Amino acid sequence: MSAAEIRVAGVPECGCGIANFVEAAPGVQRSEAPTIERGGGSLYAPREKIYPKRAHGTFRSIKWIVMAVTLSIYYLVPWIRWDRGPYMPDQAVLIDFPSRRFFFFFLEIWPQEFYYITGLLVLAALGLFLFTAIAGRVWCGYACPQTVWTDLMIAVERFFQGDRNQRIRLDKNPWSFETLWRKGATHSTWLLIAVATGGAWVFYFADAPTLARQLVTFEAPMIAYMFIGIFTATTYLLGGLAREQVCIYMCPWPRIQGAMVDRESLLISYRDWRGEPRGPHKAGQSWEGRGDCIDCRQCVAVCPTGIDIRNGSQLECIQCALCIDACNEIMDKIGRPRSLISYDTVRHLESSGQDMAPINFLRSRVLIYAGAMAVVGLIMLTALLLRPDLEVSVLHDRNPIYVKLSDGGLRNGYTIKILNKAYEPRDFTIAVQGLPGPMVSVIGHEKQVQPLISVPADGLEAVRAYVALDKATVAALEDPATGFSFVVTSADGASSAEHGALFQGPER
Amino acid sequence: MASHERDSETGVETTGHEWDGIRELNKPLPKWWLYVFYATIVWAIGYWLLMPAWPLVASYTKGFLGYSQRQKVAGQIEAAKAAKAEYRDKIAQSDLATINEDPELLRFALAGGEATFGDNCASCHGRGAQGAFGYPNLRDDSWLWGGTLDDIQRTILHGIRADDPKTRGAGTQMPGFGQTGVLTEPQIGDVSEYVLSLSGRTEDQEAAARGAQTFVATCAPCHGPQGKGDPALGTPDLTDELWLYGGHKATVASSIRVGRAGVMPAWAHRLDSETIKELAIYVHSLGGGQ
Repeated sequence: MSAAEIRVAGVPECGCGIANFVEAAPGVQRSEAPTIERGGGSLYAPREKIYPKRAHGTFRSIKWIVMAVTLSIYYLVPWIRWDRGPYMPDQAVLIDFPSRRFFFFFLEIWPQEFYYITGLLVLAALGLFLFTAIAGRVWCGYACPQTVWTDLMIAVERFFQGDRNQRIRLDKNPWSFETLWRKGATHSTWLLIAVATGGAWVFYFADAPTLARQLVTFEAPMIAYMFIGIFTATTYLLGGLAREQVCIYMCPWPRIQGAMVDRESLLISYRDWRGEPRGPHKAGQSWEGRGDCIDCRQCVAVCPTGIDIRNGSQLECIQCALCIDACNEIMDKIGRPRSLISYDTVRHLESSGQDMAPINFLRSRVLIYAGAMAVVGLIMLTALLLRPDLEVSVLHDRNPIYVKLSDGGLRNGYTIKILNKAYEPRDFTIAVQGLPGPMVSVIGHEKQVQPLISVPADGLEAVRAYVALDKATVAALEDPATGFSFVVTSADGASSAEHGALFQGPER
Repeated sequence: MASHERDSETGVETTGHEWDGIRELNKPLPKWWLYVFYATIVWAIGYWLLMPAWPLVASYTKGFLGYSQRQKVAGQIEAAKAAKAEYRDKIAQSDLATINEDPELLRFALAGGEATFGDNCASCHGRGAQGAFGYPNLRDDSWLWGGTLDDIQRTILHGIRADDPKTRGAGTQMPGFGQTGVLTEPQIGDVSEYVLSLSGRTEDQEAAARGAQTFVATCAPCHGPQGKGDPALGTPDLTDELWLYGGHKATVASSIRVGRAGVMPAWAHRLDSETIKELAIYVHSLGGGQ
């Protein structure tokens, strides 16, 4: 079987494929778009090039808007400024690896607070599950970067090479100056978009205006150019060249989604009870006893993954809804009701449209996902609202645990870390609470009666402190290990934090 | 591929393979995936040629790029040294008290001192500088040769009873009074009892009283009439609760009988002066610094 034969294997009746003008209905040209069937007797599937046709309609408009919004967010966010005072970066969203800080508008995260990111990822995953339970792969169809950039790349291709039929002709014709400039312009624009994508990426990791200046004067760090290179390559390869191959062969999500939807989920579906039996419709022919589907294959022509939605739910379907637009346009033309292809539930489809009960959105999986999101969201919100601007941690010396002094007293050593999360440098005092008559000394501050420890803005300072008790006090302690706490207070008294510690001595 | 048989259930063609009546559906791998696999093979061959790859009997194939991890590490160590040079220069030019009061220099010195201590000092003084029998605890407040920054630096530089012209304690020691026959065993017992009484722990007042006379004649010249010791001579304070060679009667008696002469090596020949400054700052920071 040759590739051409396989390609038309799924096409019923008129597989002739020669005529440029086969009518599916008066005035409606039947598309020769093949349904991509992978394999054909080989263990390796050659790639069938797909030439998605331009769709017009509600969902295409929604997709343009989503594309504009998501791409604007991606390209523009690093340029938003956010005043944090003289000691801090003024970029609203900044992943500052050298100083290990993540800034997001009014939020700031230190590396040990990475659980906020964990919470964000949990929220993102649950959100994906929730949307999928309600409306299938809406993420894939509208918002996934792979979809958005592929859509952009196809728009560029269409701009330079024309719509589906012109592109096919361009590929069939022998190479000419026209082929060269049209293809050249397409790939050059793709590369420009790819460079811009890589370029925007690095701005999230450094001060955008500074880095932009460095990039054009070739003074930027090597790593910036490397990442621009990597993202240029991936954008060009995945968005421009690989396209649907990424969704079909690389992405795990299509494999998981089957478990995420149920009979109440809204999935893009062909209403076979309305469309079948399909077939070309002649002028004046009655619609009685036949389906609304005139087999014009416009749904296949616009499909970016080259499938036929009429074959039912498929792994390759990214639920982009362009087939809905294509079909509705035809239905308007032939005067049949819209929504032959539509968002529909399995329950409604199986009843051949008889089961008109409203969709049950309050199903257990929807409620559980929404509930889990609410819980995680509340926990994160609470944690963020209660985030202190001063934290203290105390590490007791382990070797030795205590030191005996010449008067028979004991001394314990501690490393105290003061985390100043305020956006200006501050001084702090250290006090010991809960020990009788402690003698406290802080290394580097031996000469100060009340040691004042300077901590940089949004930084931390670790100090070594010793607490000693004389022999009589030690003897009066009830236990070899006595609990007490270090109290760290800012010089202005505005912030104070406490951390528990143990004063230890020999076993008695 | 011989068979283009289709599975009757799914309508998908099979690979033609059959195991006990179970047929495998043909879900073909994309061609480009196969080409990526071939590309990795080509990459591997290129890698063999360019990078160190194959072990030989006594050597290995070096690769045309001449890459060496050892050289890379050497370069990184050089870079790290260069990065430290700024602070090392400041430490070289500053005196110990200045370093101790500058938070930045102090942090640098403590980090360097800790590493140097672990490499060189911990084998005798312990990883935590807590000392051992015969090796002083550097964290307590008792110093045989003084516990100021300068004293500590001097001890590290020139050692104690060490092979160094500026070493302290040269030719001095705690004599073995029993071995040389200066004191008899009963006298040693009495003096031991007296020494214990200095920190209020004797159980035999009479013996201690007898020992007192021997102490004044034999021990006081170095340890002082009150047994308080003298950092200039390196003699320990016998009135406190800290004992380098044990504070029980038997161990005190043993010290009197056989004598003691602890040696601290001089480090001036082995470590550069900046490192020794860092080390002095670190030891001083361990809690006992004066």
